[in-house]
Formats: sequence, structure tokens, C-alpha cells
Amino acid sequence: MRTYTQQIAKAPLSAQFGLFVICVYVFCALFAPFITPFSETEIIADAYAPADASMWLGADNLGRDMFTRLIYGARNTVGVAFATTVLAFLIGGTIGMLSATVGGWFDQVMSRTVDILMAVPQLIFALLILSVVGTNTVSLIFVIAVLDATRVFRISRATAMNVVTLDFVEAARLRGESKLWIISREILPNISAPLIAEFGLRFCFVFLFISGLSFLGLGIQPPLAEWGGMVRENAVLITFGEYTPLLPAAAVALLTVAVNFVVDWLLHLSSGLKD
Amino acid sequence: MNVLYKILAERIFFGLFSLFAVSVIIFFAVELMPGDLAEAILGQSATPENLAAFRKQLGLDQPAFTRFFSWLSGAMVGDFGVSFANQRDVADLILGRLSNTLFLAALAAVISIPLAVTLGILAALYRNTLFDRIVNVSALTSVSFPEFFVAYILIYVFSIQLGLFPSMSSPNPDAPFWDKVFSAILPVMTLVLVVMAQMMRMTRSALINLLASPYIEMARLKGMKQSRVILFHAVPNALAPIANVIALNMAYLIAGVVVVEVVFVYPGLGQLLVDSVSKRDLPVVQACSLIFAVTYITLNTVADVISILSNPRLMHPR
Amino acid sequence: MTQNTNDLLLDIQDLHISAFFEDEWYEIVKGINLSLKKGEVLGLIGESGAGKSTIGLAAMGYTRDGCKITKGKVLFDGLDFAQANQKERRALRTVRIAYVAQSAASSFNPAHKIIDQHCEGPIQQGAMKRKEAEANALDLYERLHLPHADTIGFRYPHQVSGGQLQRAMTAMAMACKPDLIIFDEPTTALDVTTQIEVLAAVREVVNEFNCSAIYITHDLAVVAQMAHRIMVLKHGSLVEEAPTREMLSAPKEDYTKSLWSVRTLQSEVRRVTPNEVPVVEVDNIVAGYGNVQILNNVSMKVYKGRTLAVIGESGSGKSTTARVITGLLEPSQGRILFDGQEVASDYRKRHKDDLRKVQMIYQIPDTALNPRQKIKDIIGRPVEFYLGLKGKAKEAHVRELLEMIELDPDKFMMREPRELSGGQKQRIGIARALAAEPELIICDEVTSALDQLVAAGILKLLRRLQDQMGLAYLFITHDVATVRAIADEVVVMRQGNIIEQGLRDDMFTPPHHEYTELLLSSEPEMDPDWLNRVLHERKLDAETSY
Repeated sequence: MRTYTQQIAKAPLSAQFGLFVICVYVFCALFAPFITPFSETEIIADAYAPADASMWLGADNLGRDMFTRLIYGARNTVGVAFATTVLAFLIGGTIGMLSATVGGWFDQVMSRTVDILMAVPQLIFALLILSVVGTNTVSLIFVIAVLDATRVFRISRATAMNVVTLDFVEAARLRGESKLWIISREILPNISAPLIAEFGLRFCFVFLFISGLSFLGLGIQPPLAEWGGMVRENAVLITFGEYTPLLPAAAVALLTVAVNFVVDWLLHLSSGLKD
Repeated sequence: MNVLYKILAERIFFGLFSLFAVSVIIFFAVELMPGDLAEAILGQSATPENLAAFRKQLGLDQPAFTRFFSWLSGAMVGDFGVSFANQRDVADLILGRLSNTLFLAALAAVISIPLAVTLGILAALYRNTLFDRIVNVSALTSVSFPEFFVAYILIYVFSIQLGLFPSMSSPNPDAPFWDKVFSAILPVMTLVLVVMAQMMRMTRSALINLLASPYIEMARLKGMKQSRVILFHAVPNALAPIANVIALNMAYLIAGVVVVEVVFVYPGLGQLLVDSVSKRDLPVVQACSLIFAVTYITLNTVADVISILSNPRLMHPR
Repeated sequence: MTQNTNDLLLDIQDLHISAFFEDEWYEIVKGINLSLKKGEVLGLIGESGAGKSTIGLAAMGYTRDGCKITKGKVLFDGLDFAQANQKERRALRTVRIAYVAQSAASSFNPAHKIIDQHCEGPIQQGAMKRKEAEANALDLYERLHLPHADTIGFRYPHQVSGGQLQRAMTAMAMACKPDLIIFDEPTTALDVTTQIEVLAAVREVVNEFNCSAIYITHDLAVVAQMAHRIMVLKHGSLVEEAPTREMLSAPKEDYTKSLWSVRTLQSEVRRVTPNEVPVVEVDNIVAGYGNVQILNNVSMKVYKGRTLAVIGESGSGKSTTARVITGLLEPSQGRILFDGQEVASDYRKRHKDDLRKVQMIYQIPDTALNPRQKIKDIIGRPVEFYLGLKGKAKEAHVRELLEMIELDPDKFMMREPRELSGGQKQRIGIARALAAEPELIICDEVTSALDQLVAAGILKLLRRLQDQMGLAYLFITHDVATVRAIADEVVVMRQGNIIEQGLRDDMFTPPHHEYTELLLSSEPEMDPDWLNRVLHERKLDAETSY
């Protein structure tokens, strides 16, 4: 077995680049207060004040430092998206594997419920629920996690199904093992690779989704710095030929590209091991 | 033929059932709100008498099920009730905007679907060549870009730097067709870029999956050209996955429409929906959600029917 | 093109082929020389990984994805495929070289009618017009004795049975009367009673059209009926080459003899004494899936220290019987008894001790073991679960079990299944079953995915363990030789019914049931004249019965 560092050293350039970018983002998210010259919501200049030595990217629509808010955005946007994805996997992954293992009416009911939930476009569903429960960060995380759990359910059930039919699982059943044993020892270790790759993809989706909602003014609420929201707040500048309002959007795109590169590599690794 | 009809009937029944279930969800999601509509609208300052009168006006004194069926039967004939925000008929608010949105979405679909499928087939055909790599990397990049980013880049380049197309887009209903197209060109380009990448990647991988089949090897061993292998042997078997890919991506189109309309200040259903959500104008939100959901379910059902009909095992049973 | 004076059609010289696997190139064909004259049929025989399919495809100028010819020449009528470009190679296919694949069911495109696929080659290669090609197809369907030859081509592949598809594929290969046909295990996926029909039909047309052929298979008895000359391959190298009769009567290499090792195994029948209580008995079982009834009134008994072999073709219900005994499939009628006591029909309702009594060994060793567990955990789990052993005691017991299956504990304890060969994996499966200290082990086609020598080793091991521990086996198989090697009693099943049952030696000596006769006589024998003889006998029988 090769160690992780050797694996990474052998990875294609795109995946190494992706890992590097992810590390930079995580660093920014964790140490935002130490990197930034100002605080997240501090007003330090006139609205849309141009860049100078202390404000590298100028000020935003309320006169806050754009650079500072860009760094804090990593904490808020990435943090919320990560929490949401983890929650979605806990819900969807557990129910999906259980459904595949138990089968019968439980599987029928869960699958049909998910079919119906998935029959509504996710954005529309989210908007509907958010208009009812109101837009705050906690409800945002829960609503999107539940909606996204449907996708996680589908994939974890499908991959688990492929394993459930194998003879070694039948052997464990016939031995009299509990469902918990079968899921945790027989199934999960054999589907972890595709699930990790899926985690990357779902994270990208949730991340884009949240910044999209925030852009519409319905996601993470001001004064918290959020990349989608920052684009919306400063969009006027674009019509004057300024590109700084697009930097938060570029930050979203860069991380998504990076995660996609890593996922592509992981998928390649796991498919290579199979045959 | 019996099996085929049975499966088709099941699928269509499930479509209808989904429609019903979705309308239940849309209606009762609102019921879950703490307090009730009257309190939400009038605020805490309202007197009990005012509240009672308003409840009566909204029909809230009726049981939920009665209200659901009257709402649903109204919705079926285009009556979605009255907006909270401005007391206008929801149907009036929606009507003009619906055709604007349909125009935008249809244009984007008509351009992106053939383009994406063709590019996907070509990428599979020229697998592992420079062309394939370029197509793949650009698809991966465009999948990674938020819709509003794509939209603003297009505005920045084509409208502000080059001055070619308008950055705001409000179609005049009486304008000639091509003028409408011109004014909608940037929003449509955005949607095409956003939707196409996914569709193309999935078309390519559906085909490449099939290329590992023994019957593809057999075709090669019969001396068939690569183009014939793809078009005659792989594509007919890929119809079902491709139809599903297209239907799936209509969800992105719907999400894209909402964002794009906001960016380009395009007077469509998406913008109305976003405005109404922030105003918590629930009847409008319900109406818009229902329209989007119905469209999506219908498309999905059609895609599944196509993939059932393209399965020779079902079309020609033993 | 130059015509060779000595009628040499195909001349492969020092062929080397490498395959790319997990970041490295491996040589899978190591310097093969092969020549084929016009009208000659050459048999390529070898076990899995011998490189026989790769060589067969190379003879068509085709290499699979991830494979490449690294050295040598493939001369077909003067053209070197190793040097030729894509267009030159393609031009010869269908017209002068054709291919018959192992599984016709997956090698016909499901989206097109059979006759359209037949006509595609000749039309696209410019050899025939549509009308001509269609007439050609109908003629060949007739010659290959396909039922409803005039209409069968207008069906889709899934509407036609496996044996018929295989013949339709042979017809497709014959379309342009090619000089060379590659048959790549064309009957391996078929039942024996179907196989014999396909073999007969194929041989008839090959002779009639006087084309050359390369016949690839792992079954020496089959190739003996088809080929003039045989090449035995192992790990990409030649073992020996000889005319068919010479090869069968006087093989030079031990490896060649090992290719029929299961056939050399014999065993004494051990009779059941009166009043003995069966370890497991099923009584009058009716079972099925949904509305489809699979088993009709099936009854059988397995006794301590004896082997009951259940033999039948695909769809006979033999595996379903096993699922009923283990409790995976609940019968709609009938009883299951362990040691004379009736047990619950659903495994979830059985006592742990009843679950322990019956263990399974599976057909495919790759999927029988959890790839994410070490050998010590795979075998250790039932030890802990049923016997309650932990820590040192558990480890010692696992070591003992590994020694019983003739694997070195020091070497194997910490390994993962993917580091093991197929035969070793199958032994681990046996150890896992033994760990439960069972009374009955159900062996579901346990040797059919294995090479002959390995299979013979497994059968001997099972036999020895049975003698030592008094185990009862329920042995499910489609292979007559395996039954001869291990069974005491035999049950013949067909379409969910028991056709006949009794002591093995009684069952194998006539008179027996018509179907048993068909099954036994369809099993190819190591005799080049076997096919002729059987076909002749059947013809006589058919004449006398009218």
C-alpha cells in the first residue's frame, strides 16, 4: 500500500493544484482575523472608495474594506457550505445505506419519497421553504441539507445496492450479523471511495447554491461577508468598468474548479483500483 | 406490448401523482409557518378585530383541506388568488412574465441541447485527443462558475468593454421577433453556457460507458469505421441516458433562469419569485413554484417516456 | 497481394503483446509462433491468463484498449498487421477474416434486428447489396439449422435464445465466406445440451465452406472435436503443439495432462445406512419469485459424511433450492428440517445455532470475500461470532483453520483478498465455512470459475475435510465430471422439477431417464470421435423411435 504523501506526489498537476488551492482556502477560513487588516463589518472609508496602500481592493458599497471581507467570505461561505454538506451526508448517507440493506417496504417508502422531493427543482423548493421559515443561517443550512440529502440518498443507496448483492454480504447475513455490522463493516468500507468523490461534488453544488441564494439576497444575510452577497452589493461598479466586484465570484469559481480537479483524480484512483 | 403499456402507464401515473404531491407540499409548506398568514401580513400591531376580519377575507376560517382543494381547483383554471403585497390578481402578475421566461428558457434550450449533444458525441468520438481535452476542461470550468459570475463576465466583456449587446434586457412584447432575440442575447448566452457543460459531459460519459460493451468490439471486428461504431451502434443505445441527462439539466435551466433574470433585470417569472420571497408574498411564491415544478415534472416524465420507448426489450417483447 | 506457395494463410512470428495495468506494462504474450494453412482448423487451448483471446484478436489485427504489439509479425496472406495502418486492417474484416465472440447475447447490439447486423458487414465493406446480403443471411440460417430460419433474423437479439444467437453469430461471420474465422470460446456460456447442437452446426459449415479457423477454448474435449491441430498455451507462451489425436493419446507435457485433472478424480460411493437421520432434509418444497414458480415439489435429503450432488442446466432451480435451505427464499409450501427438527423458513427467524449448522461456499471467489478485510478477520469473525473465542484463542483457532486448508498462517493471516489467487480465495471461503463448525456445507458451483488443476485441488481438499470431520455436502454443479469426482448421491433437476435421484453409480449406468441420458451424453469426452458418435447414435435413436 502506498502512503498518502506518495499518492499526492504521483497525482497529476491539476489535482496537486486543486489540493493547494483547497489548503489556501482552509487557511484563510481558519485564520481570517489574523490575516485581515480590518474587522469584517468595520466602516473605514467612503462608499466605493478606490484602492490605496491600506485597502488593496478598495471599499465596498458601505465603505468596508473589500479585501478583509473577501477573506472573511471564505469563513462564512465555505464554512456554511461544508456544514451543510456534512449534514446532508449524515442524513442521506445513513438512510440510503439502510434502505439498500433493509430493502422491502422501508426502501419503497424512502425511495418514493425521495423521488417526489426530487421532482421539484431544488432552487424552487429552497425558495419556497425559505419564504416560509425566513432567511437565517441555521434554517438555510437545514433546508439545503435536507434537499441535498435526497441526492446523497440516491447515490449511497445505488452504490450500496451494488455491494449488498455480493456474496460476502449474503454470507454475513446468513451468519446472523446485525444490520449495524453489515452496514459499517461490510458495506461502508467498500463504498467509501465513490462516496468521498460524491462528497466533493455535492460540496461544490451546495457551495454554488448558497452563493447563488446569497446573490439573490436570500442566503447568508448581511452584514456577514458572503461572496455571492458581495457581488450583489457591489454590482453597480461593474457597469463602470470595474472588475473588483467580480473577485468574490472568482473566489467561488476557483475553489469549485479546485475541488473538481481533486474529485476527478479520486475517481480515477478508485476506478483504477477496481480492475 | 402489454408490458410496455403497463410501464408507460405506471410512469405517467407517477408523473401525475408527483404533480399532486408537489401541490400538496407547496400548499402545506405555507401552513407550517408559525402563527398564520394574517398575523404575518398585518404584523404585531394589528388588533384582534382586524385580524379576524382579515382571516375571513383570506378564507382562513375554513379548514386547511377545504382551502387546499379550492386553491388547487383555482390554480388549474389559472386563478392563483390575490397578492398580499399589492392586492392584485396573481394571475395578472404572472401572465406577461410567464411568456417572457418561456421565451428565454426555450431559446436557451433550443440552442444548448443540440449543441451539447453534438459536442458530447464528438468528444466521445475523438476521445483522448486535444479536442476532447479542450472540451472537457472548458466544461469543467463552466460547471464550476456560479451563474451570476458567468452573467457578469459576459456583461463586462460584451456590453461594457465591447459595447455589442445591451446589459439590461426588457423585451417589448410588440417588438419584432429578432429584436427580442437581440435584447435577450446575453441572458440566453449565460443560460446556454451554464446548462451546456453538464449536458455535454454527461452525454460523453454515457457514450464512453457504452463503448466498453462487447457489441461495440464486435462492430470494430466487423471492420466498421469509428464514426459508424458511434452513430449506428452506440448512439441508439445511449438515447435513454441522453434523454434523462437533458431532463435533469432542465433543473439547472430553471435555477439559471431565476438568477439570470435578476442579473439582467429581465421581467420574468424568476425575478417575480425572488421579489416575492423577500417580501414573503406567499400566494405569488406558491403560484410561481407550482408553475416551475409542473414544467419540470412534465419534462422529466416526457424524458422517461422517451427512454422507455427507446428500449428494444420493451418495444419488442419476446 | 502475394500468394504463398505452401498455402500458408496466417503466419505469426515471434509475437509479443503487452498490456497496461496499474501504471505498468506487462507482457501477456511472450513470443508466439503460429501458422495456419488454408482449410485448417487450429485449436488454441489454455487456462485463464494464457493469452489465447489476445492472440486470436491479434490474428485479426486487433488489440484491445490498453494492449499493444511490441514485437513480431502477424502476416495474413502477406500483409503484416503489426505494421499495417487502421484502414488496411479494417478492409480485411468481415470480407476475409471474421470473428465469433464468446457471448452472442452481449455481442449483438440490442438496438438492431439480427439480420440488419448480419447485413451491415457485407454492405459497409462493399461486398454485397442489401437484397443479396439478406438472401445470404436466410441461406446461412438454414444451413446452421436455426428454427424458423426465414423469420428469425427479423427479431431482436433479446427475443432469441443463447444457443440460437450463437449460431446466428456464426452465420454473420460466414457472410462473405471469409478465409479465416476466429471462434473465441463460442460455446462456453451455453449449457451442454445446447453446446452439442452449436458444435455440430459450426463444424458442418466450416467443413462445407472449407475455411480456416482458430478455435479458442479452455475445454480440451470440445476443441478435440473441432481442430486438426492443437496448441497448448500457458501465461502467454507455448507449452506444446501437436495434431489433435496425438495430443490426446500421448501428451508430452505434464501441464497438458493437468488440463483434464478433474476427469481423473474418482471416488467410492458411500451408501446410507437404514434409519439414519438426514442432517438436512427439504420436503415437498414449492417456491418462486413473485408469481413465477421456480421449484415444484422438490424433496431431498443430505446425510452426515456424504455428498449429495444436484446437477442441472441453467434455470433448473438448483441454486434456488440452496436459497430455500439457507432461508434466503421462503417457500410457499413444504418443510425444511435440520437433524429431523423443522426450522423456520426465514433465516432471520432461525436460532443462531441453526444458522451455524449450514454454511455456504460460493461460485465466484472474488465476490465471496470482503475485499476490505484481512484474511484473519474474514475467518476470525465466525470464530468469534459462533464459538465466542477472542484474542489469542481466536488467533490460534484461525491459524489452525488455515493449516487445515493447506495455507501457511504466517504468510496469509495479514493479507487482503486481492493479494490471493482464485484458488487461494476459494480455500479461504472454505475456511470461513469451517470456522462455524457446520454440519452441512452448500457448495454452489465452487469449481466452475477455477482452472482444472486448481479445481481438482479444491475437490480433493473438500473430500479430505469430509472424511476427517464427517461433513455433509450439498454440491450444486452443471459438470458431470465434478459429480463423478465427489458425489455419493445425485439429484437431476430440470425446470424446477426433480427428474431422477439415487446413488451415483446407479444413476450413471443405464437404464436411466431420457433427460439424464441427454445430459450425460452431451458432456464432451476426450475423444476426437465423440461428437460423430453421439450424433450418429442420436440419429439412430430418432429413426427407431418413429
